[in-house]
Amino acid sequence: MTPGFDPDVPWQRARSVALRPEPFGALAYHFGNRTLSFLKSQTLVTVVESLAEHPTARAAIEAGVPEGQRPAYLKALADLARTQMIEVRSS
Amino acid sequence: MTAVLPSRPERPVGGRLIDQFEYGLDAPICLTWELTYACNLACVHCLSSSGRRDPRELSTAEAEAVIDELQRMQVFYVNVGGGEPTVRPDFWHLLDYAVGHDVGVKFSTNGIKLDRARAEQLARTDYVDVQISLDGATAEVNDAVRGTGSFVTATRALANLAEAGMKDFKVSVVVTRENVGQLDDFKALTDSYGAQLRITRFRPSGRGADVWDRLHPTQQQQRELYAWLLANGDGVLTGDSFFHLSALGESLPGLNLCGAGRVVCLIDPVGDVYACPFAIHENFLAGNVRDEGGFQRVWRSSELFAELRSPQTGGACTKCAHFDACRGGCMAAKFFTGLPLDGPDPECVQGYGETALAARDSAATTPRSHLDHSHTGPVRGQPTLLGMPAVPIVKICDESPLAGLAPG
Amino acid sequence: MPETPQTDAPVPATSAAVEEPLVEESLVEEISIDGMCGVY
Repeated sequence: MTPGFDPDVPWQRARSVALRPEPFGALAYHFGNRTLSFLKSQTLVTVVESLAEHPTARAAIEAGVPEGQRPAYLKALADLARTQMIEVRSS
Repeated sequence: MTAVLPSRPERPVGGRLIDQFEYGLDAPICLTWELTYACNLACVHCLSSSGRRDPRELSTAEAEAVIDELQRMQVFYVNVGGGEPTVRPDFWHLLDYAVGHDVGVKFSTNGIKLDRARAEQLARTDYVDVQISLDGATAEVNDAVRGTGSFVTATRALANLAEAGMKDFKVSVVVTRENVGQLDDFKALTDSYGAQLRITRFRPSGRGADVWDRLHPTQQQQRELYAWLLANGDGVLTGDSFFHLSALGESLPGLNLCGAGRVVCLIDPVGDVYACPFAIHENFLAGNVRDEGGFQRVWRSSELFAELRSPQTGGACTKCAHFDACRGGCMAAKFFTGLPLDGPDPECVQGYGETALAARDSAATTPRSHLDHSHTGPVRGQPTLLGMPAVPIVKICDESPLAGLAPG
Repeated sequence: MPETPQTDAPVPATSAAVEEPLVEESLVEEISIDGMCGVY
């Protein structure tokens, strides 16, 4: 597991981030650090948007992703955490 | 209605973003909006041939309607320029309106209006970025191109922004034959204000076409520029405009392709939508925001953009080993030097551009835009590059872009 | 960023289908972009 990303705490899309659906998934723009990321699947977009409704990131992935693909989605969330596109939420 | 052509290739799943970009996006990422053709300066290389206001400019209400559309399209931010955008009386209102409607603003200015009060206002405003244009690290080099007094105006604005505690403001430099030797000095200058340096490519667009032969960097200078970027480029922005240099070796960071009509486009002061701010010419005119369906309809359904979003033929360039790095270079640079779009960039680092330029029909004229808003008479602070005498500044307080012009 | 050579041939898909990108491919790509000539 990527150091620094704990999937067993609550997460959410970062408040400074705008997510815009595109045919290929979504573009995410962080207004604070001006970074732009490309989310390559609709499923990933759904997981990110649903993070706030689940007690942990892992639960959000388990709810929306077939078992065989979960490692890839965990890695994707770790990448997004590293660039501050998602943030830990307080509750 | 968009006609779906059965022969259009399907968009690939996954893969690199750069491949997705070639098929187009639901909204532009780097939308440029020139708010006015009016300008207090008369820079020799102005990409938009600005100077005089166009009487058909979008009204405040029309501009607000564009912002409303951009909000609906979820455009992240808009790059505002001109002319000099701050000479529009409603500039500050439109700035607040955009930010209040979820559209960030990055604006480009020569600094004329950025006094202490405005600098402090900007420092307090979130979602706004500022860049000050400067084309010489000394007044001598800068003012030859931008006009007497313009270096002072720009650096005064930089000082005001620094003192006001503004974050992340930028100095934007167009790299020319005359200033490429000042890159280290530019870095030191911008560091001294706590600003970030941007260097961008000079294109033969607008008035730039008239001085391109004289001002564009030589091949040797391009190699020096490339080496400088590799050695010092951390933290130096490039506007993604030097991707043609990637053919010299290691790719520069950024997106190495032309985004015209796919990732970027321009909304001009009268609402015309062009593929790119460096391509203000009827061949690259996609529509107008005043047309039914507004900007969104133009972005998503115009014929011109549909053409640009189908895979482009690289033509002769595809046979070159470096094609994947440079993707044939800049469309606007080719167009305005009279080169075919499916051939080499005029500044091709392999030299194919020079060959192509030499092969041009000497009798043919290079394309010119149908638009020219240049000042028609001498301007306070005239650039001296072309040997015209400097007109003395007689009234510092007279900021009207129409000042000093003969009627008619 | 330096790009690797061309990826696999495009797979036809409609936007309604659930995509299944290759497992070894990252689902997130950070874009180094500075205005794409739009901030002159």
